Amino acid sequence: MAAIAPTQQVRSTVELALRGTKRDVAGRLFQAGLLLSLLLALAILIVLLGTALVDAWPVLSTRVGDFVTKDVSRLDSRAGVRQGVVGSLILIGFVAVVALPLGIAAAIYLQEYARDTRMNRLLTTNIRNLAGVPSIVYGILGLVVFVKTLRTLTGPENFGRSFISGGMTLAVLVLPIIILITMEALRSVPKSIREAAYGVGATRWEVVRSHVLPYAAPGVFTGTILSLARAFGETAPLLLVGAVTGYLSTPTGRSPLEILQGSYTSLPTLIFSWSRLAGEGWEANTAAAIIVLLAIILVVNLVAILLRNRYDRKW
Amino acid sequence: MTESGEPMDTTDLTPVASVAEDGPRVMVKPSNVSESEEAEREVVFSTRDLAVYYGSFRAIRDINLPILKNEITALIGPSGCGKTTFLRCLNRMNDLIEGARVEGTLLYHGVDLYDERVDPVEVRRRIGMVFQKPNPFPKSIYDNIAFGPKIAGYKGDMDDLVEESLRKAALWDEVKDKLKESGLALSGGQQQRLCIARAIATKPDVILMDEPCSALDPIATAHIEELIDELRQSFTIAIVTHNMQQAARVSQKTAFFHLGKLIEFGPTEGMFTNPKERMTQDYITGRFG
Repeated sequence: MAAIAPTQQVRSTVELALRGTKRDVAGRLFQAGLLLSLLLALAILIVLLGTALVDAWPVLSTRVGDFVTKDVSRLDSRAGVRQGVVGSLILIGFVAVVALPLGIAAAIYLQEYARDTRMNRLLTTNIRNLAGVPSIVYGILGLVVFVKTLRTLTGPENFGRSFISGGMTLAVLVLPIIILITMEALRSVPKSIREAAYGVGATRWEVVRSHVLPYAAPGVFTGTILSLARAFGETAPLLLVGAVTGYLSTPTGRSPLEILQGSYTSLPTLIFSWSRLAGEGWEANTAAAIIVLLAIILVVNLVAILLRNRYDRKW
Repeated sequence: MTESGEPMDTTDLTPVASVAEDGPRVMVKPSNVSESEEAEREVVFSTRDLAVYYGSFRAIRDINLPILKNEITALIGPSGCGKTTFLRCLNRMNDLIEGARVEGTLLYHGVDLYDERVDPVEVRRRIGMVFQKPNPFPKSIYDNIAFGPKIAGYKGDMDDLVEESLRKAALWDEVKDKLKESGLALSGGQQQRLCIARAIATKPDVILMDEPCSALDPIATAHIEELIDELRQSFTIAIVTHNMQQAARVSQKTAFFHLGKLIEFGPTEGMFTNPKERMTQDYITGRFG
């Protein structure tokens, strides 16, 4: 039997039918709306960055090196952000040392060991809520607990307004976020891998140590780096627990404990106090400090993204 | 349901007072096999009124089923019939599921596996498992095999053990030059053989297989089936399968489950040529399931 080619009439009927007549107006509008939202968000970001850059230009174009390496000064033409940057870095280092082990340990317990009881579900829900509490509330907590109550430990010589108070406050602030991020990363390790490990006679500890933790590590690290970047930019709680502009106690000949118990400042608080000074020079300085802060956070986020891409795992 | 008067002579079931219940009990007795031939094989598992609950849902009940040494026992039945649940009881894998509860008795070489003094980790070291979907660790082929023996404190030469395990799993020739490469880089069928090698490496007594070929193509399946048959020489095997031909090809005994109950159990040949239960016949011939 020979195959017959479709006639012209069949072809044109099919062609017409396949083209369709319906115009998907709603769909197109929706798509356009989505694109518009994206562009709006981008535009706001660009405007913010642009104005900051324009305002900061007098400083960035003439003395960017000095600005980053010099201390604060009463003269706007000589002020620098070195103390703020160093202070923030010490602060974040302290937060990392305190909050990372605690948060990761708590998450491992909740995700891998705790049974699914009402109590534990309540606990997880509350941690979720804590992650959404405004940071100023943590500032009040830090003021009451670390600055006032624990003054003899946190800073006996300066009314408790020390790196320790600020660092502990920020640590408490990011702790719920670190716990949630770590739990999420642990949860993403497939059940089948756990079963495989249990199946060859591994104990719970061996399963967690040799399999779950290593496979979840990239997610944990990128997530925690991002949460530390958030802590880096926090201002409100630090204002409450006594960050002081320009007083950074890093003179030589003091022990690390003395430094940690000493007065401190951070980049965001520096920006805050400069923003209240009058004069064009201070305006430029404030904008330049903002650019420095954004640049540091950008670098941190970039590291997180690179780490994630490098260790991303396909199951 | 196969009703049969006398209990099986090969199962050394000792009555346990706490679980003995009144009422009809399903006693399953292999048919078509003379008692003498039957007695040659040692009983590895025997169950008595085994039941498993997930919360308040009873997944299986009244299971009385012996599994004999160096035999392949196929567990068949429609989805949700409880065959996988039964399989995962045998190495206490169900312990990992929150809310799972086991009633009745499960004896392993005469020892109650659910005795509170029994350590499930030791159980799983002796009773290995191969899962439905190949699940190699995202580590090197070598480390996939070496993990089990390492945590068990294996003192011998690890390289030799890895080679031996891979040879037994018929994978050595394909991977001997890339032992350091990720197990995930292998094809599906190779991954499953890697998982079998991993299960063998701890030198278990029993290997449980949960639909090991369901994610594989026919050629890979044929490989695995051949392998399973060879493994019978050294191991006792229980295998869950949805594939009737596979059950008929590889197993010596077949157990048919339906709605959480054991409907029929006996030598595979007898079961497939002359099933005693109507339901078994309907399932095997594809009329339901």
